[in-house]
Amino acid sequence: MADETTTERGPVTTLATPIRLDFEFTPGVAQSVFLRGLKQAKFMGQRCSVCGKVYVPSRGSCPTDGVPTTEDVELSNSGTITTYCVVNVPFAGQSIEIPYICAQILLDGANLSFMGLIQEIATDQIRMGLRVEAVWVEPDELTESLSSVRYFRPNGEPDADYETYKEYL
Amino acid sequence: MPDSEALHAEHRLEYPYSRSTGPVIGAFLTGLRDGKLLGVRGAGGSVIVPPTEYDPTTGEDTGELVEVGPGGVVETWAWVGEPLRKHPLQTPFAWALIRLDGADTALLHVVDSGAPDALAAGDRVTVRFRPESERIGAMADIEAFVPEGRA
Amino acid sequence: MSAAGRTPRPVSIASFAQAKNVRRDQERNEVEGLMPVIAEVFGNIGITKDDVDFICSGSTDYLIGGPFSFVMALDAVGVWPPRSESHVEMDGAFALYEAWVLLQEGEIDAALVYSFGRSSLGDLREILALQLDPYYLAPLWPDPISLAALQARALIDAGKATEADFAAIAARSRRDALANPHAQVALDVSADTLLEDEYVVSPLRRHALPPITDGAAAIVLAAGDKAARWSEHPVWITGFDHRMESHALGARDLTSSPSTAKAADVAGVADGPIDVAEIHAPYAHQEIIVKQALGLGDDVTINPSGGPLAANPLMSAGLIRIGEAAARIASGEARRAVAHATSGPCLQQNLVCVLEGE
Repeated sequence: MADETTTERGPVTTLATPIRLDFEFTPGVAQSVFLRGLKQAKFMGQRCSVCGKVYVPSRGSCPTDGVPTTEDVELSNSGTITTYCVVNVPFAGQSIEIPYICAQILLDGANLSFMGLIQEIATDQIRMGLRVEAVWVEPDELTESLSSVRYFRPNGEPDADYETYKEYL
Repeated sequence: MPDSEALHAEHRLEYPYSRSTGPVIGAFLTGLRDGKLLGVRGAGGSVIVPPTEYDPTTGEDTGELVEVGPGGVVETWAWVGEPLRKHPLQTPFAWALIRLDGADTALLHVVDSGAPDALAAGDRVTVRFRPESERIGAMADIEAFVPEGRA
Repeated sequence: MSAAGRTPRPVSIASFAQAKNVRRDQERNEVEGLMPVIAEVFGNIGITKDDVDFICSGSTDYLIGGPFSFVMALDAVGVWPPRSESHVEMDGAFALYEAWVLLQEGEIDAALVYSFGRSSLGDLREILALQLDPYYLAPLWPDPISLAALQARALIDAGKATEADFAAIAARSRRDALANPHAQVALDVSADTLLEDEYVVSPLRRHALPPITDGAAAIVLAAGDKAARWSEHPVWITGFDHRMESHALGARDLTSSPSTAKAADVAGVADGPIDVAEIHAPYAHQEIIVKQALGLGDDVTINPSGGPLAANPLMSAGLIRIGEAAARIASGEARRAVAHATSGPCLQQNLVCVLEGE
């Protein structure tokens, strides 16, 4: 890999050391529940037997109690936006047209929010408490991956009361 | 849950990395680009190859650069019958720690000896650089070491 | 005899647990593999996460190919309310050392140390090449087997060992592993048969190499009241030290281990007779080098667990040596033991831990 300095024949001052490693990743039991759920156009979480909280996606344990979460729970398609940001900065590999909205979505029934893309709303209309629903890909495009979810959009319900999500900020 | 087969996905981790060399490592790599092997003088006048900014035994700053090689002695070696995809040579070769003439420490590189029984500790080898137009200032500027007499 | 490695505050290994070592755990992720080990290490002595004051783990993100993977592992412990916690990108044995230092300072009375890793996810021969000097070594991608082979050849040429010695160590290790329910490679095959194998990288044949292992382990350390309360017959750490050599391979004598010898001196290995030694020598020839550096005679039982040649869960193998040595003392089989752990290519960094029963 040639460097500018060598063509000028000055001293070498940098060395290119590209790294590439290949892995065969397996998600484990809990994440597989979530991923297989996506193929069925469902959001699957898991409940902790000690504190009763429902985590989505689940990693297999309750992070506060350190016990396995073995009860699978199907969650609603709808949820509440707890916080958001509007992305205006272009970056390499960006596949979505800017500006776009990224938000934390707390699905009904879950005790953990996750990040998702919000569409079908103007960027100056986005707000905390907005009620949204998932929009899935066509049935024959569903797969064990988050690419099964195209985005979330407003579902028309009145905004959620701050009290209902203030602990998830 | 229906499926008993574990889910799996290929995950490729790739980074470009461009590292600043500093004056000592940079000097060695410049030497390679120019077809020379360099060491650096350390504590008590010993010559360290490849050069470091500090003496590995005492931690003191190292001093002037000195030319070493182009030949040297194999201190130890190991035969790779089936090279891995990232190894420097893709035909069977030997790794070796080579103490170049004039050096007090050994350099790790490959010896293209042709066969495992054609190499032993104590053998003399000499450097085979890539053609000048292909050298960029990296360890790969050395194509391999070869048994002396076969340069 | 240096006092630095002696332990002014007695610290005991109160509990030890390890996962069943397997070639590939495709079903569970790191958290799921760790949870039963944490549950067992606490359950052995009837305590919970609230009884330990400090948590320290050893692992490397390079095994999973994801940054901060060690943070997710804390889910296996349950770190709420917020806990004092640390991590080393090294074998859990070195995490144990960090916890021991805090215990010496009297800031804490008990610690949980754990380690984990799935070697099966990536290609270790490429991953471990990246721990080498990024300018001079890594660009050539010298894999760990090749580097170990350079060391093995040097050992043979120096007249300190033969290929038959390597086969004998491999045969003994895997035979002893038959008595270890956690071992991965356990079988009875003669050294002569092993010598018929092809070389992988000469002079090392497959039997002289460690297996690829997915696994996890944990230890609970205790001092003061907790040490007395949690174990009827505590296993005490009476010496603990670790030393490192240059990362420039060509500047080292690969046939000896001065860092192990220095750590052994500071830890006081020679202060008394050693009954059992658990040596973290992933390559068969390295056992010869470490045994010599520890100053052990032929009367010492080495790696009754089978050692790393029977199971080599990267990041846990060193911690497991300490746990296995402690288990021999706890069971009454040994009175005084030494455990060793290593890190880096060709035994670059070495840790020595001396254990004694009452």
